[in-house]
Amino acid sequence: MISINGLYKQFGQLEVLKGIDLNVEKGKVVVVIGPSGSGKTTMLRCLNVLETPTKGVISIESQQLDFSKAVSKKNIASFRRLTGMVFQNYNLFPHKTALENVMEGPVIVKGESKVAARKKAQSLLEKVGLGDKIDYYPAQLSGGQQQRVGIARALAMEPEVMLFDEPTSALDPELVGEVLKVMKDLAGEGMTMIVVTHEMRFARDVADEVIFMDGGVIVERNKPEEIFTNPKEERTRKFLNMIQ
Amino acid sequence: MVKMYLNSIFTDPERTAKLIEIAKNSLQPLLEGAIMNTIPLTIISFIVGIILAVLTALARISSVKIFQIIARVYVSAIRGTPLLVQLFIIFYGLPNIGIIINPFLSAVIGFSLSVGAYASEIIRAAILSIPKGQWEAGYSIGMTYSQALKRIILPQAAKVSIPPLSNSFISLVKDTSLASVVLVTEMFRRAQEITAANYEFLLVYSEAALIYWVICFFLSIIQGFLEKRLDRYVS
Ligand SMILES: Nc1ncnc2c1ncn2[C@@H]1O[C@H](COP(=O)(O)OP(=O)(O)OP(=O)(O)O)[C@@H](O)[C@H]1O
Ligand SMILES: [Mg+2]
Repeated sequence: MISINGLYKQFGQLEVLKGIDLNVEKGKVVVVIGPSGSGKTTMLRCLNVLETPTKGVISIESQQLDFSKAVSKKNIASFRRLTGMVFQNYNLFPHKTALENVMEGPVIVKGESKVAARKKAQSLLEKVGLGDKIDYYPAQLSGGQQQRVGIARALAMEPEVMLFDEPTSALDPELVGEVLKVMKDLAGEGMTMIVVTHEMRFARDVADEVIFMDGGVIVERNKPEEIFTNPKEERTRKFLNMIQ
Repeated sequence: MVKMYLNSIFTDPERTAKLIEIAKNSLQPLLEGAIMNTIPLTIISFIVGIILAVLTALARISSVKIFQIIARVYVSAIRGTPLLVQLFIIFYGLPNIGIIINPFLSAVIGFSLSVGAYASEIIRAAILSIPKGQWEAGYSIGMTYSQALKRIILPQAAKVSIPPLSNSFISLVKDTSLASVVLVTEMFRRAQEITAANYEFLLVYSEAALIYWVICFFLSIIQGFLEKRLDRYVS
């Protein structure tokens, strides 16, 4: 359902992604791990087209972008709607309340009526456990609450895939659980997810597959129980030893 | 000299009475100048200037080279030449090529161009101060450049720029006294007219200064109030 073929990304002289190939089936949860600078964030950002790949083909459902050719803004905009992005530092709109943050996309981008969007936003915020905080501004919320608003904001656009870039790494340890729980519930509902995270428990419990990236390539991919107990590649083994 | 002047006021009751009389009589024309010209000139020039400033700031940050160049040249030219000279060019210079503009409009053009250039730098800095993640969050929910700009970036940039822009506004109140040279009968020109008849320069100019001070004092109170209000929601 998602397929990435021969994805390359270069920043000036620095080649960050060196040929990524990846397929993710509908409803699957893929966790991406790997050392700092290995290109995990860049790969997610390419899927959301926040970065323009140097070359490669990405397709989600029936839409395809081929970056070997020029890609029109219109195609990028409609492709972007297929993915929901959750950022490491939330990036909520500070001048809008939780409810307004979630309503913004449906109203402005999709042109939904305010009444309908409000109703949907309210139920999404309830779903992430923030039904009592809808009129709070981001500055009045804890990190964990802000990140849950971030998830609701992405969900409001009804994406095919949710992309998470280290969604809990900016959080105090005691707030990590509430965000992971929301993500776990989402996975349980059959949402397709690609999650960059260092939370190995989450990977073990929720992921259908774990991908280990290093130096801009996918070094190894396997079921979590396999990759954690019996990594095939030396580099994977070294990395797992280092973080455990 | 100083002693003589003070002596003449305090020891000569007739002179004292005359000065008080002049001060009283001047007050009305001075206030008239302020209300009919100084204040409208300030407000109109500021509004036009801010519109110009936003457009200039957007041109500066746009990816279109030609917009960038036009904006840069405009800002550089305005900031690099005295406002007084600009006003002379508009009012006394342009008629040489057949463009005749009345005093008030000349002043509005001059001050708007000036506000546009200086405030564009404030607004540009404010836009650039909004974290890149805000643009990306907008894009990630499918917004276009102009949607993200209008809904996400400019409202936040406006909050950042209100304190420095209110300083510009207060400066503009004082700068409008320059319009006297292009014959706008704003407050300072009224003061000049009064003194031309009675030679009481110290008294009448001080009176005008006092009125400027009062106006700016009230504006700075409003500014403080505005800033407090804005602080409430900014993270
Ligand atoms: N906009 C950019 N311009 C230049 N270089 C960049 C840019 N974004 C990322 N890089 C570089 O690309 C490389 C990969 O970065 P990326 O953020 O994808 O790594 P990562 O795997 O997410 O690392 P981390 O675990 O630290 O988040 C790094 O060397 C980084 O410095
Ligand atoms: Mg990263």
